[in-house]
Amino acid sequence: MLVYLAKRLAYTVPIVFSVALVCFMLVHLSPGDPLISILPADASVELEQRLRIQYGFDRPLPVQFWIWISNALSGDLGASIANGRPVLSEVLQAVRNTLLLACTAAVLGFALGMFFGLVAGYFRDSWIDKLATSIAIAGVSVPHYWLGMVLVIIFSVQLNWLPAVGAGPGNWSWTWTHLQYLVLPAVTMAVIPMGIITRTVRALVGDILSNDFVDALRAKGLGEGRVFLHVIKNAAPTAIAVMGLQLGYLLGGSILIETVFSWPGTGFLLNTAIFQRDLPLLQGTILVLALFFVFLNLFVDMLQAMIDPRIKRG
Amino acid sequence: MAIATEPLTEIAVAEKRRGYWGTVGKRLTRDPVSMICAGMLGLIFLAAIFAPYLGLPDPYQGSMIRRLQPFGTAGHPLGTDELGRDMLSRLIHGGRLSLLIGILPVFNAFIIGTLLGVIAGYNGGWANSAIMRTIDVFYAFPSVLLAIAISGALGAGILNSIVSLTIVFIPPIARVAESVTTSVRNLDFVDAARASGAGAMTIMRVHVMGNVLGPIFVYATSLISVSMILAAGLSFLGLGTRPPQPEWGLMLNTLRTAIYVNPWLAALPGVMIFAVSIGFNLLSDGLRSAMDIRN
Amino acid sequence: MLESTKDMGGPRQSLLSIKGLRKHFPVGGGLFGKKQVVRAVDDIDFEVAKGETLGIVGESGCGKSTTARLLMHLIAPDAGTIVYDGEPVGPSLSLRELRRRMQMVFQDSYASLNPRLTIEDSIAFGPRVHGEPNQDARALARDLLNRVGLKPETFANRYPHELSGGQRQRVNIARALALRPRIVLLDEAVSALDKSVEAQVLNLLIDLKRDFGLTYVFISHDLNVVRYISDRVLVMYLGEVVEIGPVDEMWANPRHPYTAALLASMPTLDPDARTQEAPLAGDPPNPIDPPAGCRFHTRCPFAEEICASTRPRLSTVDTAHAVSCLMYEPGSGHSRATGTRALQFEVVS
Repeated sequence: MLVYLAKRLAYTVPIVFSVALVCFMLVHLSPGDPLISILPADASVELEQRLRIQYGFDRPLPVQFWIWISNALSGDLGASIANGRPVLSEVLQAVRNTLLLACTAAVLGFALGMFFGLVAGYFRDSWIDKLATSIAIAGVSVPHYWLGMVLVIIFSVQLNWLPAVGAGPGNWSWTWTHLQYLVLPAVTMAVIPMGIITRTVRALVGDILSNDFVDALRAKGLGEGRVFLHVIKNAAPTAIAVMGLQLGYLLGGSILIETVFSWPGTGFLLNTAIFQRDLPLLQGTILVLALFFVFLNLFVDMLQAMIDPRIKRG
Repeated sequence: MAIATEPLTEIAVAEKRRGYWGTVGKRLTRDPVSMICAGMLGLIFLAAIFAPYLGLPDPYQGSMIRRLQPFGTAGHPLGTDELGRDMLSRLIHGGRLSLLIGILPVFNAFIIGTLLGVIAGYNGGWANSAIMRTIDVFYAFPSVLLAIAISGALGAGILNSIVSLTIVFIPPIARVAESVTTSVRNLDFVDAARASGAGAMTIMRVHVMGNVLGPIFVYATSLISVSMILAAGLSFLGLGTRPPQPEWGLMLNTLRTAIYVNPWLAALPGVMIFAVSIGFNLLSDGLRSAMDIRN
Repeated sequence: MLESTKDMGGPRQSLLSIKGLRKHFPVGGGLFGKKQVVRAVDDIDFEVAKGETLGIVGESGCGKSTTARLLMHLIAPDAGTIVYDGEPVGPSLSLRELRRRMQMVFQDSYASLNPRLTIEDSIAFGPRVHGEPNQDARALARDLLNRVGLKPETFANRYPHELSGGQRQRVNIARALALRPRIVLLDEAVSALDKSVEAQVLNLLIDLKRDFGLTYVFISHDLNVVRYISDRVLVMYLGEVVEIGPVDEMWANPRHPYTAALLASMPTLDPDARTQEAPLAGDPPNPIDPPAGCRFHTRCPFAEEICASTRPRLSTVDTAHAVSCLMYEPGSGHSRATGTRALQFEVVS
């Protein structure tokens, strides 16, 4: 067990390094000179030279990477080209908003998915199962940015119950003034994990119910309620692990939903970075999100290894 | 000998023997959900392919005075968009690009990912480590983020969006290909073929490919749904197709401002994406269970 | 049609002669694990005579199947020489040619047939690889189907999943025969079959052996089946040969305590002969770290101090009967080692 954990941990090091390399290379993947976006159209050759040296673009790529990664390790992701502010603080502020949205959506998606999955798996092939399965498949097939638009049309435009865009005035607080802004994007975002959790849990419950130990429990005279509890207990670890991974996908995939709802998170930041060709900002945002995902994966794997004694080696 | 004279086998002589894929096809046609999906997708594909010959209004021809007309307007059964262009025509024409940028990446990734995965799985050892560890790096990025990061770095455009989605789908397909190949490679019939004196290439061609392509293909079809959503999503963000080309994701984006004027019109392109996505998802599920032939 | 290879050294020369065959599988390793090996097959020697059936028995994990795969070179041996009818494999006999002369039938009848190929294509694959024209290969496949008791018109175009286990194993036998080998390795080939089907397939194997002039190496954990089909038996324990000899003599007079225990553990229908307690206690020791000296000493009722330190050699006790036990090595230091070959001990029962 300890060996597995240590191996898993050690394996994360080259992954983190490679992820940083990919993020760094992204900028150099882009066509044209990375300076173009900063330079005024009529810039003099001297100014171009000065900026090139200032941003380090004149050095060989490995050296640039080395400088970038050692700066990144000390928490310096450079400054945004567009507004000159440090990338890290911009990103961290956005991450807070995205986390708020993604975690709400994850909890919602997990609760709904667990419910639908358990019911569907327990009453397999009944109409409830068919309904839950249909909802699940719709959940994983729906273009969520479109679903967001539809929800806005219904609840903002037509019913006028909830605000359509933004995160509310001023700083976030746990009041209805702000919470009402969270409802639509969170529901929209919850749809995909809900679908995936439903399908996973439904399959799990099917497997568990076909195990001999369930028959043994029934033979012991246990009520169906207790049997159901056993099913939940056995399905939960896998469902939680799947949810952990889904949270990572939500963080990385929030850009489309944040665009629809103008939610001031990382997706919004990415959007800005891409269209203003603010490469340090793009690099930094992607790096932070990817690292978040890597460590979330690590955490989920370790948690699962601790819950499930069968996992001993990698 | 008793075995050779079972009555069942005598009947079987008359019946034309069907290959594996024949049996799968037969099972698939018996599944109503798959057939409905196949029918719907077929219709959307045919309409998209033959769009120019259907006598529809020009999808590029706008009219400043006939903008955002409601459903059922004379000459425009589905109304007009924000520039007064015929919605029905744009939706049907939009299928051409939307389907292309949604399906092509999966197709590309199927070819490349299968190649990588089969090589890794069949050879094992050093080649396996080199390929699979590289793949792991791409797995460290959530797929949407990776697609947007690459697209964002490469810049907007149809080709770039296809390239970035291809890169997104290679790792999962290669992983599936590798695990399927590894398990097939360890089956006794591969050893039996080696014992027959066959070379690696012959074994790959005759014994490995035929057994791994099916499962990889099914997995790839299940990715088309995600790919459709992501491809349209990139266009929705302005990273894919560019105006005035008709494409569902881009149409959804340009119609966003119209939700206060003619809300349900604005939602129409999303219905198309949804329909194709759910169609492929259900068809892929049907194919998977049709291929699950146990004796 | 492929011709069966000609006999080289005459009937007295062994068809297979194996010396010092060894395979150690590495296990563990990686970040913290020590490099360790499983001694799956550890320096074994034996001969297979022309036209005989050599049975190989032993508990699971003793290296029986690994031996078969090593003979076919499906896994590369770490050491050892294999001489086929006077020709050493490697220097004078190519792997490809060896695999034409020696074929194998696996235990899992389903996994050993490609599910995407028809029965006919599966059988014809080998001959085609060896350059047989397609038409001829098909004709041969149909002929062989007939020989293994499956009507070609019914079965040739079927797929493996449409056949029963016994039928599939007949197909696997036909496939093995398609290259006209002189020797067939049967690795638990009937073990997965129902008892009634097993008997049919065994009789088929005996008929085919006679008709094609074959030699068999028959690997099984089922001692009744081994006795029924074999001429000689080789007993393996933890990767080593502990005893080899004619089947009747071995059953009547087992020399090695392990052989004796194995035979005593056979189920019997005779109520008077039923054993009261398990003659072999516990599981075999871990092959990663086998006991020093005689590997059986941890479970042997006759073990003495000397057995834990001295490794016995396989030595002849009778014509064609060899055993690896210190009790039969004159002057080994074991109290029962008297120097005479006629030593007997009571069968543990």
